[in-house]
Amino acid sequence: MSEAAVELRGIHKRYGDVVAVETIDMAVQSGEFLTFLGPSGCGKTTTLRMIAGLESPSAGDILIKGRRVNDVPIHKRNLGIVFQNYALFPHRSVYDNVAFGLRYRKCSKDEIRTRVREALRLVQLEAMEERYPAALSGGQQQRVALARAIVINPDLLLLDEPLSALDANLREDMRLELKRIQRETAITTLFITHDQSEALAMSDRIAVMSNGRVEQLDTPQVVYNRPTSRFCANFLGNANVMGGRVVGGEPGAWRVDAGGREWLSASTDTWRQGESVAVIVRAEHFQLDVSSVDGEVGNALQARIETVDYLGMSARYIIRPEQGETLELIHGVHHQPLQAGTWVRVWMPADDVILLPPGDVTALAPNDAARLSPEDATRLPPEDAAVGKGAS
Amino acid sequence: MQATPQGGIKPWLLLSPALTALFFLLIIPTAFVAVYSLWLSSATGLATREWTLSNWTSMLADPFYWAILWQTLRIALEGTIGCALMGYPVAYFLARCRLRNKSFLVLLLLLPFWISYIIRTLSWINILGANGLINTLLEALGAIDAPLQMLYNEVAVVLGLIHYLLPFMILNIYVVLEGLDRNIEASAASLGAPPFRVFLEVTLPLSLPGLAAGGLLCFVLGAGTYVTPMILGGPQNAMFATLIYDTIIIQLNWPMGAAMSMLLLMLLGGIVMLYNRFLGLGQIYKSLAG
Repeated sequence: MSEAAVELRGIHKRYGDVVAVETIDMAVQSGEFLTFLGPSGCGKTTTLRMIAGLESPSAGDILIKGRRVNDVPIHKRNLGIVFQNYALFPHRSVYDNVAFGLRYRKCSKDEIRTRVREALRLVQLEAMEERYPAALSGGQQQRVALARAIVINPDLLLLDEPLSALDANLREDMRLELKRIQRETAITTLFITHDQSEALAMSDRIAVMSNGRVEQLDTPQVVYNRPTSRFCANFLGNANVMGGRVVGGEPGAWRVDAGGREWLSASTDTWRQGESVAVIVRAEHFQLDVSSVDGEVGNALQARIETVDYLGMSARYIIRPEQGETLELIHGVHHQPLQAGTWVRVWMPADDVILLPPGDVTALAPNDAARLSPEDATRLPPEDAAVGKGAS
Repeated sequence: MQATPQGGIKPWLLLSPALTALFFLLIIPTAFVAVYSLWLSSATGLATREWTLSNWTSMLADPFYWAILWQTLRIALEGTIGCALMGYPVAYFLARCRLRNKSFLVLLLLLPFWISYIIRTLSWINILGANGLINTLLEALGAIDAPLQMLYNEVAVVLGLIHYLLPFMILNIYVVLEGLDRNIEASAASLGAPPFRVFLEVTLPLSLPGLAAGGLLCFVLGAGTYVTPMILGGPQNAMFATLIYDTIIIQLNWPMGAAMSMLLLMLLGGIVMLYNRFLGLGQIYKSLAG
């Protein structure tokens, strides 16, 4: 990892009055699989198109392998691009599709044949050389597009939502396949997606984007477990995001008031007493295994299950604690999910209670659970409390 | 488009108004012409109801008709090629420009259809004629002493045909280019093809269906026209439809004119069928609809 494969320096893009990309500064390491993850309209595709040379940035510099490429046309950037709709040449056979790029690189006929065959072997389509794109399935077309992009040994592989046109099962297979090919070829890869599971499964690092900005750039584990902004917390997975206030404590053991109750947080940041914070609690970080917990553990609460959203491997519950606002909880299901109306005891490890600056509350869609008013909770009879059975 | 498995009488009922119109307005008149071509012409010009193949045999045996037929196809082909060469850049520009009022530009393309074809053709006399725009201008500039003879030759006829047919060509190419997936071109460029090679290897081959559809339309319409050669052409530039006009209107030989009409119809119909067999008419429907 000597110099960065790609470097974006203050990239900015506007169309008239509309800002598509606010400012992006980042570097992609050589051989890295980096994902731009974000909702539609967050600027991820525009960023990719600027790196590809299909758009030019309104301000800032793009460097590929240390060379400024702002004024380098697309055909001189040595890139492989795979589009969502594959964009194969419909009038050329699979072989000619893959050979296309090599014909623009001083390659002998024999070398072209060897390299095309090698690329087709890599994507497991050796037998399809003579076919035309129309005679291939979506997954096969996807593989041809990938072979066509990597056969030229590009400095950079750009993947623009390449999996979203495939159906669900095929998508998961192609996910592993793509990752394997990327590892084997070690081509620096930029991947665009709005699908968090794709991003989490495939990436070395994820750049979470929103409103033309990179909100967080880190490994999938860190982005998922330690979001640095409310947007990241909300966009990845299911999280309870609550506005709160620091009651007291010290780094490593803060007490905060949020959602109608007090939480213990192991946040190592320094906060002032009385400071406003966003308290983020991931739905699947709740522990439901009650036997291992006694009543004195921090962040333990009694709650009644309001709604059950059965997801197969797991279930999403909206729980209503004895006091405070409703919370969202996700828990594994073996056979039967817990029934609505059941009383459960749950707790949340202080390590998993994340504190962030309050940020722009209105920019976020409020969490379903948090939207319910706390008054409703008082109507529930706590006497009926019963420990949940059946789950885990 | 998927064929519906539903059979029965319902589709025919729904089609019946169109089929009725086609039957009375197209099939019946054509049948009349076909019957006429088998009747004997009399000196008065009225056909005698006597069955004969003489119109057909004398027409097919006469090298004059074949020469005119050949000339017709050649002029139509020249006009079609002219339309393709002039139309492609326009269609390309229309498809690629990012102007907000692009649909207005397409509307401009259809504007000439609001003016009679004959008047549009006559307007060339004001441009190319002895007292026309070009000659007046050149004389005023002192470039020439006597007016140039630009009318009443094949070039003028081909020019008139291009003027008449160009919108059909542009629309057909435009529709295909507009529907072309730009990512395919982007892919070619990313693989190292410079812009002109992208055009040659991707854009042009993928727009050939539009070019072919426009070509067929221009050729068939061009080969069937009689106004253009009559107004802009000299006696030696007669096209087959001009000949039919002369035979029926001037010589009053309806049976012969009918036989000639049938011959032209069969020839152009054959070309359309060949086209449909190998390339398909779907593209033409698409651009006429949209």
